[in-house]
Amino acid sequence: MWTRRGILFFVFTIVLTLWAYSQHQQRFPRPEFETGYEQPDATTPEPRSGAVELIDVLVLTLALSGGVWLALKKRSRKGILWLSIFSLAYFGFFREGCICSVGSLQNIALSLFDPGYAVSLNVLAFFVIPLVFALFFGRIFCGSVCPLGVIQDLVVLKPVKLPHGLQTVLGLLPFLYLGFAVLFAATGTDFIICRYDPFVGIFRLGAPFHMIMLGVLFLLIGMFVSRPYCRFLCPYGVLLGWMSRFSRRHLTITPAECIECKLCADSCPFDAIEAPTGDLSAERTSKNRNRFIVYAILIPVIAFAAGFLLNRAHPYLAKANSTVYLADLLVTQPEMQFNTENLDISTFMASGKSLATLTEEADAIRHSFAAGSWYLGIFLGLVFGFTLLNQVIYRRREGYTPHKGDCVSCGRCFDYCPVQKHAENTNHE
Amino acid sequence: MSDNKYIDRRNFIERSFRIGLGAAVAGTAGYTLLKLTRRSYVWQIDPFKCTQCGRCQTDCVLPVSAVKCVHAYDLCGYCDLCGGYFKPDANELSTAAENQLCPTQAIKRQFVEEPYYEYIIVEELCIGCGKCVKGCTSFGNGSLILQIRHDICVNCNECAIARVCPSDAISRIPVDEPYIIKGDFSFTNKS
Repeated sequence: MWTRRGILFFVFTIVLTLWAYSQHQQRFPRPEFETGYEQPDATTPEPRSGAVELIDVLVLTLALSGGVWLALKKRSRKGILWLSIFSLAYFGFFREGCICSVGSLQNIALSLFDPGYAVSLNVLAFFVIPLVFALFFGRIFCGSVCPLGVIQDLVVLKPVKLPHGLQTVLGLLPFLYLGFAVLFAATGTDFIICRYDPFVGIFRLGAPFHMIMLGVLFLLIGMFVSRPYCRFLCPYGVLLGWMSRFSRRHLTITPAECIECKLCADSCPFDAIEAPTGDLSAERTSKNRNRFIVYAILIPVIAFAAGFLLNRAHPYLAKANSTVYLADLLVTQPEMQFNTENLDISTFMASGKSLATLTEEADAIRHSFAAGSWYLGIFLGLVFGFTLLNQVIYRRREGYTPHKGDCVSCGRCFDYCPVQKHAENTNHE
Repeated sequence: MSDNKYIDRRNFIERSFRIGLGAAVAGTAGYTLLKLTRRSYVWQIDPFKCTQCGRCQTDCVLPVSAVKCVHAYDLCGYCDLCGGYFKPDANELSTAAENQLCPTQAIKRQFVEEPYYEYIIVEELCIGCGKCVKGCTSFGNGSLILQIRHDICVNCNECAIARVCPSDAISRIPVDEPYIIKGDFSFTNKS
C-alpha cells in the first residue's frame, strides 16, 4: 500500500531536488574566456583595525589624566583650553564624533537588557573611564575631553546668568532625556542620543540639513547661554554629575584659603560657583524642616504616580518601535496590506513572514515597554521629588566653592582668584 | 568641635555615596564584561536579505552614503544585455547615457571578447541607490550587491540605515569578516 503516499513522496522529492538544483544554478553561467581575461576581485577595503581602536582608548585616558593634572595640580586655564582644542580635533573632527561616551551609554543599556547583544571593549572603556575619573577628580571629561562640550565651550561669548528657578527646571531635562534614551535603547527601538546629536554633523562636515541647523542653533544659543546642551540636555552629564558630586577630589577655585572677595563668582559662565552661606534664622529652619517632611512623604507618592502615568502611556511610547508600528498598522487597518506605496508594508508582505509572527514580536516589545515605562516613571518621579527636596536642604558653605555636580572643571575661575599660591605659607604661620 | 562633627558627617555621607556609585559603575562594567566580546563589530548588509529598497542611499548619516555597489565577479555572467546596466526599455545596447540604469553612470561597461562584457563599478560615483542591484537580481545572476564600505563608514553606535531597513538586512558582524560577498552558489550561501 505504498502507492498513493509513495507517489506523492516521490514527486515531492523530485520537485525538491529540482528546486534545490535551480537554486545552485546561475541563470547565466560564467563564460569560459579565451583571451586570457583575468577576473578582478570584489572591492573590500578593510575596516579600522582593533589596534587603532585601542589608540582611541589610550588617547582618552591620556587626555583625562592630562586634564586632571592641569585642573587640580597645574591650575592652568590655558593648558585646559589647549587640551580641549586637541580633544575637539581628535575625537571630534578626526574620529568624526564616533564613538563617544555620551552615545555609549545606549550601547551599555542595550547590552544590559538584550541577551543577544554584546558591546566591544572600547565601547565599554569609553563608557566607564570618564565615570571613574569623575568619581575621583570631578567632571574633567566635560571640561577638557568631550568634543560636544568643547565645541560649545569655545563659542561662549557673553554668558548670561539664568534665574535659579529656571536653571532648576531646565536641569530636569537631562534626566528626562537619559530616561527615554535608556528606555528606547534597552527595548532595541532607537538610539535617540545619536539620532539627535546636534554636533556630529559639524564634526563630519556634512549631515542632513536639520542636523546641521540644530548644531548651529545650539552654538548660537551657546554664545549667551553657555554650554546649553551640556547643562540642559546631555544624558551622560547626569551620570558624570552624580559621580562628580561625591568625587574624592575636585578642582578648587582658590589655591589656598578663600578670602570671600567674590571676584570668581562672575567668572563662571555655567553658574556653578556657589556663594558662602550664613547661618539660617530659627524661623527659616523650622519652615525648611516642615517642608522637608512634606516633600519626603510626597516622594514615594510622586514616584508611584509618575510610574503609573507613564505605564498608561506605554502603548504610545511603544509605537516608536518600527515593528510595533508596522504590526499596529496592519492589525488596525488590514486593507493597508495591499498598499504598495508603503515600502515597509510591501517589503513585509513580500518577505513571506506571517502577520501572526509579526504581532507576536510586537507584543514582546510592547511588554518590555510596559515594564520599562514603570521604571522610567518611578525614576523620573524620584528625580523630581529629590529636586524638590534639595530646595529645602540647607548646606553650610564657607567661602566660594564650585558646585561639584555642575562644575565642568574648565578652570576659568583660576585666574580670577587674587589669592596666590605662596600665600598658603604666610597664612599658616 | 561641633564644626568638626558637621564636617565629619558630611565626609562620611560623601564617602558612602562615593563607594556606592563606584560599586554601581563596577557592577555595570562587570555585568557587561561577562558577555563582552573581544571582537569588535561592524555593520554590514546581508545581500541575501536585501530588497534594494533604496533607503541605503537616503538614510546614511554621511552626505554620500557609505553603502556602495560591489561587484561579486564570481557570479557575473558577463552578459551583453546586462540587467544592472541597461534600463529595461533601453533603445539599444550602447553606453549612451539614456540607456543606463545607473543615475550617476557609475558603472563602466568594457568589452572583453565576443559576446562578453565586463562591468566595473566606479566607486567615486556610486551613491548606493541599489537600482543596478535590483536590475541584476531580477534579470541576471545577482552579482551586483550592496555592501557597507568600511573605508567610508564611521561605524555609528546604531546604524541609521539599519533602523529603517524594511527587510532587516543590516546587522553587526565580527570585524574579522567585514563583508558578505555573494560567491559561487555551489559552495557559499551564508545567511
